[in-house]
Amino acid sequence: MKKILLMGNPNVGKSAIFSRLTGVRTIISNYSGTTIEFTEGYINYKGKRDKVIDVPGAYTLEPTNEAEKVAVEMLNKGCDIVVCVMDATNLERGLNLTLQLLKRRIPTIIVLNIWDEAKHKGIKIDIEKMEKYLNVPVVSTCGITGEGIKKFVDRLSEANISQIEYEEKAKWTKIGEIIENVQVVTHRHHTFLETLGDLSIHHIIGIPIAIIILYISFTLIRLIGEGLIGYVTEPLFEKYWMIVLERISYFLHPGSFLHSIFIGQLIEGGIDFGQSFGILSTGLFIPIAAVLPYIFAFYLVLSLLEDCGYLPRLGVMVDNIFHKLGLHGLSIVPMLLGLGCNVPGALGTRILESKRERFIAGTLMAIAVPCMAQIAMIAGLIGPYGAKGFGLVFGTLFIVLIITGVVMNMTLKGESPEIFIEIPPYRIPYWKAILKKLWMRLYGFLKEALPYVMLGVFIVNILYTIGAIELAGRIFSPIVTKVFGLPKEAIGALIVGFLRKDVAVGMLAPLGLSFKQLVISCVVLAMYFPCIATFTVLAKELGFVDMLKSVLIMIISTLIVGGLLNLIL
Amino acid sequence: MNIPLSELKNGEGGIITEISGGGRLITKLQNLGIVQGKKILKISGQFMRGPITVRIGNTTVAIGFGMAQKIILEVAKK
Repeated sequence: MKKILLMGNPNVGKSAIFSRLTGVRTIISNYSGTTIEFTEGYINYKGKRDKVIDVPGAYTLEPTNEAEKVAVEMLNKGCDIVVCVMDATNLERGLNLTLQLLKRRIPTIIVLNIWDEAKHKGIKIDIEKMEKYLNVPVVSTCGITGEGIKKFVDRLSEANISQIEYEEKAKWTKIGEIIENVQVVTHRHHTFLETLGDLSIHHIIGIPIAIIILYISFTLIRLIGEGLIGYVTEPLFEKYWMIVLERISYFLHPGSFLHSIFIGQLIEGGIDFGQSFGILSTGLFIPIAAVLPYIFAFYLVLSLLEDCGYLPRLGVMVDNIFHKLGLHGLSIVPMLLGLGCNVPGALGTRILESKRERFIAGTLMAIAVPCMAQIAMIAGLIGPYGAKGFGLVFGTLFIVLIITGVVMNMTLKGESPEIFIEIPPYRIPYWKAILKKLWMRLYGFLKEALPYVMLGVFIVNILYTIGAIELAGRIFSPIVTKVFGLPKEAIGALIVGFLRKDVAVGMLAPLGLSFKQLVISCVVLAMYFPCIATFTVLAKELGFVDMLKSVLIMIISTLIVGGLLNLIL
Repeated sequence: MNIPLSELKNGEGGIITEISGGGRLITKLQNLGIVQGKKILKISGQFMRGPITVRIGNTTVAIGFGMAQKIILEVAKK
């Protein structure tokens, strides 16, 4: 079995091609650095079966960030064929890496992807001449629609070692020479999308555009999320699942141990999906009825933003603000990913160059960026109080984000590098790609969340039964009651928050908290510690010592903010 | 006339004559196609020494202000 590496610049469509070749679903977006880890799959052709690896994008083989490091390591481990994927609309930039790859003397084949857009933009590339110059086969494709993929697979076995020679100093002259000879660009007018692209990074017009896009995005998320809960998931649970549960409840006898595990406590003689806290009642209701609609809404909107190419532009617009936090504008991408789930968000910090930036970004996310599951539960809990509750919780978290960032930027050693990113052209999102990505993310959520939420609910019941929560409540009651002004039962939520934040927020519902206590407990739950999944990933990304520092910052800032809220509100 | 990219007005362009920085900066810029002798067009610059967006060939790149100060261009005299 041969090992085939898919390599190329960021955002040239390696993952789209990989997906076409292997049938393995991957996340594809329109910005650099979507793939931060390699993905493996298999391709069957001409009766053979070979391994294909989708490598993170790199501009160079002299790595400048974590993703590029991964790419070079993959190459150094050795492989049988390199598939060098190039953006046909950006030949010149791509040749820098291509020449470096060809010099490695590994059998190579070149894929000129995004061929359709190049044609559209009036870029003509003479493929035969290019093959002569580079001394390896060249195939044109469109990874998103699948055009040209078959031809590419047919020619895969023709991959050969290039004999190209050039002096390192004269590399750019060589690139210029190749471009001059193989590419013809016919002049044409700015398209509407290009004009829009330039306007959305304009120093004045870009600001209202950013505000409008963000406002529409979050309004859409709220409307879709609320709508789905109110009209679809809640009615389904109340009308149908309730009947099933009532049967089970009758069968298990209320008050028995099994009943309290599976159905939970009866509230005023009936099952309450929010408060009963059985595995089959609240344990299913939280992930499917309360959280899934928001996850769906969030990832639908995020996918559209990702695929059209707006995110890097937003990064440019917010660069100044992020600089105050010791980050640059592109950090908005992992932060937004973190808003969906902190785990991909933490992984996404790899697109940042320095360790310092990754520490700041990871810590800020864990403290002040609640995930969508948690947000959905907070919305359900505090929603009845209207915009005031929302504003208080998220306003506080936003202020915490800014202050913690500024303080870290002032106290941590070193300086953070400036923004330096490629801005992709705007593209009309391809609906099939959007649906595929949305499905992957929803499936990923259900696979992760369902068992953990049910486990969480199970553990809650066990902890109550053996009296562990009461004990913990007594030990930590000075902090919980004196500093935060919460009832000591709230400690149960803080314990379960280690496992799943959405379940933890759900545990606040039966406590009968006042408005002030609800706000404080939501903020504290968001800040005090990441959930176990995020913690594991962050610890791996930051290393043990930095993770310890990060946790200290989390705990201290939670004590300060929770205490202050208790005093002010 | 030679001026740094940071002082260019929106919509103006020039030819890169020099990158006045260390080897690391030169390599970093070079990876995105910003090399001596290339034509570069400024598209926008954000307030308060924010990032500057340029077009070079078919690529659009956002560059931090500090880096833009080190990219020296030759522009036509007005």
